[in-house]
Amino acid sequence: MSIDAIDRQIISATQAGLPLTPAPYAEVASWLNLDEATVIARLAAMKERGIVRRIALAPNHYALGLVANGMSVWDVEDGEAERLGALVGALDFVSHCYLRPRALPDWPYNLFAMVHGHSRDEVEAKRREIARLLGPACRAQDILYSTRILKKTGLRLKNAEG
Amino acid sequence: MRRAPLPADALDETDRRILAALQEGFPITPRPFADAGATLGMGETDLLERVARLREIGAITRFGPFFDVAAMGGDFCLCAMAVPAGRFEAVLSLVNAHTEVAHNYERAHRLNMWFVLAAENPVDIERTAAAIEAETGLSVLRFPKLREFYIGFRVPL
Repeated sequence: MSIDAIDRQIISATQAGLPLTPAPYAEVASWLNLDEATVIARLAAMKERGIVRRIALAPNHYALGLVANGMSVWDVEDGEAERLGALVGALDFVSHCYLRPRALPDWPYNLFAMVHGHSRDEVEAKRREIARLLGPACRAQDILYSTRILKKTGLRLKNAEG
Repeated sequence: MRRAPLPADALDETDRRILAALQEGFPITPRPFADAGATLGMGETDLLERVARLREIGAITRFGPFFDVAAMGGDFCLCAMAVPAGRFEAVLSLVNAHTEVAHNYERAHRLNMWFVLAAENPVDIERTAAAIEAETGLSVLRFPKLREFYIGFRVPL
């Protein structure tokens, strides 16, 4: 693991969010018996290393009207997968786009793209847009709509102090 | 988490500007609300109150750092299971009991349970998937990412 005990404490203290106060990093520092400059320097260094992707707010898709989302999956030719994945990932309605191994015979799809919209019709229209983009290199496709969120916690550090 | 849309008039233009700006990033400085507020043309207190209200009405799900477990030397793996309808709730309890299960969704498909395993150590991913198979008697299909093309959806505002 490439983080030390202090990084780990900071991650553990902030993984549920930052306090809404004028000096949130000083507040986090006070919880951990550190000083504010250390917390700021550590977070900045972790951001530099990609451990912190960003510090930001996460809009609630559903509350903002994006109530339809589907995991679209595609079976694209291996030789074309890199090129096509980059094209699909660049679409503004796709939130995540990954190349993953197939699990034959159950699962022939290797390209996964999460599609969001205000309605199922909108998601289906966007899915047709992806299909057009992929063209004949795509041999099969499907979309899996979520019917229920069963768990959503994000990362939880184990054995973290505090 | 709130899954229903907010009323159309719940957010004003300023709220939308705040959401658009702060979903991109938030400063790592001693007075980040003052600094972000200056960029948005509003005072520190005003921005703080607005963000607090956005959280209260459920317009945001989280405010803070987003971590990448892979950059810490850990790993993620998307997994899927075909769970018989009559056993769904029982299997769900067994699966969700593992701390490594970060997200879990029911999806309309023969493979009806999709979850992400996140662990600080790649060995824990395999150990957890194997434990779930042993506990449930069902196979866990593993879809580790081979390539990530994009992550970081921005809600249009």
